[in-house]
Amino acid sequence: MEKKHIPYIILGLLAVAFPFLVTSDYYLHLVIITLMWVVIGSAWNLLAGYTGQVSFGHAMFFGIGAYTAGIFVTKLEISAWWGMAFGGIVAMLIGLFVGWVCFRLRGPYFALATLAGGEIFRLIATNWESLTDGMVGILTIQTFRSKLPYYYMALALAFMCIVVIHLIMKSKWGYYFVSIREDQDAAESLGINTTLYKNISLLVSSFFTGMAGAFYMNYMGFIDPHVVFSLHYISIMAILVGIVGGVATIMGPAVGAFIMVGLQETFRSAFFGLAPSWTSEAHALVFGLLVIFVILFLPNGVVGDWLKIKRNVFRVRASSERY
Amino acid sequence: MALLEVKNLTKMFGGLRAVGNVTFHVNEGEIVGLIGPNGSGKTTIFNCINQYYTLTSGDIFFEGKSLKGLKTHVICHMGIGRTFQVVKPLSRMTVLDNVTASAFCRVGSIKEAQGEALRILEFSDLMDQKDKLAKSLPIGKRKRLEIARALATKPKLILLDETAAGLTPSELDAAIELIKKMRDSGITVLIVEHIMKVIMSISDRIHAINFGQTIAEGTPHEVANNPAVIEAYLGEAYAQC
Repeated sequence: MEKKHIPYIILGLLAVAFPFLVTSDYYLHLVIITLMWVVIGSAWNLLAGYTGQVSFGHAMFFGIGAYTAGIFVTKLEISAWWGMAFGGIVAMLIGLFVGWVCFRLRGPYFALATLAGGEIFRLIATNWESLTDGMVGILTIQTFRSKLPYYYMALALAFMCIVVIHLIMKSKWGYYFVSIREDQDAAESLGINTTLYKNISLLVSSFFTGMAGAFYMNYMGFIDPHVVFSLHYISIMAILVGIVGGVATIMGPAVGAFIMVGLQETFRSAFFGLAPSWTSEAHALVFGLLVIFVILFLPNGVVGDWLKIKRNVFRVRASSERY
Repeated sequence: MALLEVKNLTKMFGGLRAVGNVTFHVNEGEIVGLIGPNGSGKTTIFNCINQYYTLTSGDIFFEGKSLKGLKTHVICHMGIGRTFQVVKPLSRMTVLDNVTASAFCRVGSIKEAQGEALRILEFSDLMDQKDKLAKSLPIGKRKRLEIARALATKPKLILLDETAAGLTPSELDAAIELIKKMRDSGITVLIVEHIMKVIMSISDRIHAINFGQTIAEGTPHEVANNPAVIEAYLGEAYAQC
C-alpha cells in the first residue's frame, strides 16, 4: 500500500463510521444530501469539466430520475428501489435524445439548448397531470424510517460515481473527452468520433444524475416539478458545486458539494437560528459573490487551486507571526 | 493506381469559387508540394480532402475509394493524417497526452498508446518536451507537435499545412530532415508551403494553383521556371524576362 492512499482510507473509514459518531438526524440528513450532490456534481463535471460541454440543464436528468422512481410507485406499483436503477436508465434515454438534438450546437449555444431543455421538462411535468399529477406532486411512503440505510445508499452511490468517473478518465475515453474539450476540430482530425464520444459522456453523466434523482424521490418521499426540475436549486447548483470544488478534477465536485450544501443550509436556517432576520433568499446573493470570487481568484476551484490556497494561507500566517 | 486522386474538385462558398476544377494525384512514396499565393485555395483543398468541408462537385479517391460524404474521423482511420496551418494544440494537455490521444486511433490499451506516443516523440525529436503543457510550447515546437500528433494516427498519407512557416533557419533544416525521415519510413506526403527553400528541396513534384485553378505542375525545376507561376508570385512584369 502506498503512502498517498492513506488519506483516502482514513476518509473512507470516517465516512463508514460517520452515522455512529454523529447520531443527530439533522446532521445525518445534511450529509445524505451532500452525498447526493457529490453524485450530481461529479456527473456534471464529467460532461462539462472534462468533455467541455457545459450543461445548464442537469435538473432535466435529476427530475426525470426522480419522476421515474415516483411514477413507478404510484402508477405501476413497482418498488421505488427498482425505480432507482430505472431512474438512471430513463434519464440516459432522455440524454440520448438531448444529445441527438443539442450536440449539433457548440459552446454557449449547447449550454443554452440544455437550459431550454431543462425548462421544457419542468413544463411537461407540470402540465401532464394524468401522469405526474402536475403541481400536486408525487407523495410516497418511505421504505425506512431510520436515516441509516439512506446514508449508506447515498455513500455507495457517491463512491461508485467517483470510482467510475476516475476509471473512465484513466482510459481511452478520458483522453478523448479532454481532447474534445481542448479542440473539437483537432480531435475530429485525429480520428476521434467527436459526436459519439460527446454522447457517451452525456449518457454517463445523465445516468448518474438520474440515479441521484431517483434516490432523492426514495429518500424525501415527496417531489413536485418546481423542486426536482428547478433551474435554480438543481441546474445552477450543479454548476456551482463543480466550479467551486474544481472543474476537471476527480475530487473537486465532492469538496464543492460539502461547501455548497453547507452554505445553503447556513442561509436556509438563517445561520442555524442565530440571525433570524436574515432571510434565506440571501443565499442567492452570497452564491453570486462566491462565484465571482472563485472565478477571479481560484479559477480551477478549491481542489484545482489547492496549492495556491495553501501557499497564500501560509503566507498570511507567516506575516501575522512576524507582527 | 495513385494513392490519392483529386478529380475536378470544386468548392464554392456561396458565390465565391475558392477551388475550381482542380485535378491532381499523389503516388505512393512521393512528396508532392502544393503551392500558390495567399488565398489561392491550398488550405481549402486540404479541408476538402479530409472532408472538413463538403465538396461542391468533383470527387476525391484514396486507395481507389471515394471520400465524398465521409466523416473527418473516418478519413483519419482510413490513413490520412493532417496538420493545421493555424496550430490547434490540445492546450491543457501535456505533449505526451496530446500524442497518446492520437495514438488511440490505432491501438486500444493505454499502455500501447503511450508506448506508441513515446516512439513518435522520439522520432520527431520532442522527447525533452513530453511533460510540458502544449500551451507552453513556442511556435516551432507546436508545429512539430502537430506533425507528431498526425504521425501517431499511423497515416499512409500525411497532409502538412505550412508546417515550416514561422520557423527559425535552424528549425527549418530540422523540419526538412523530419519530412524526409517521414518519407523514408514509408509515409506519402502532400505539403503546402510558402517557403521555397523547403518546397523546392524536398518535393518530387509540385502542383501550383492560383485563384483556385491549376496554373502549373511538374518537377520543382519546371514549375519554378513556368511563366504563369512567376507571374502569380512576382507579377506580370517579371514573367517576360
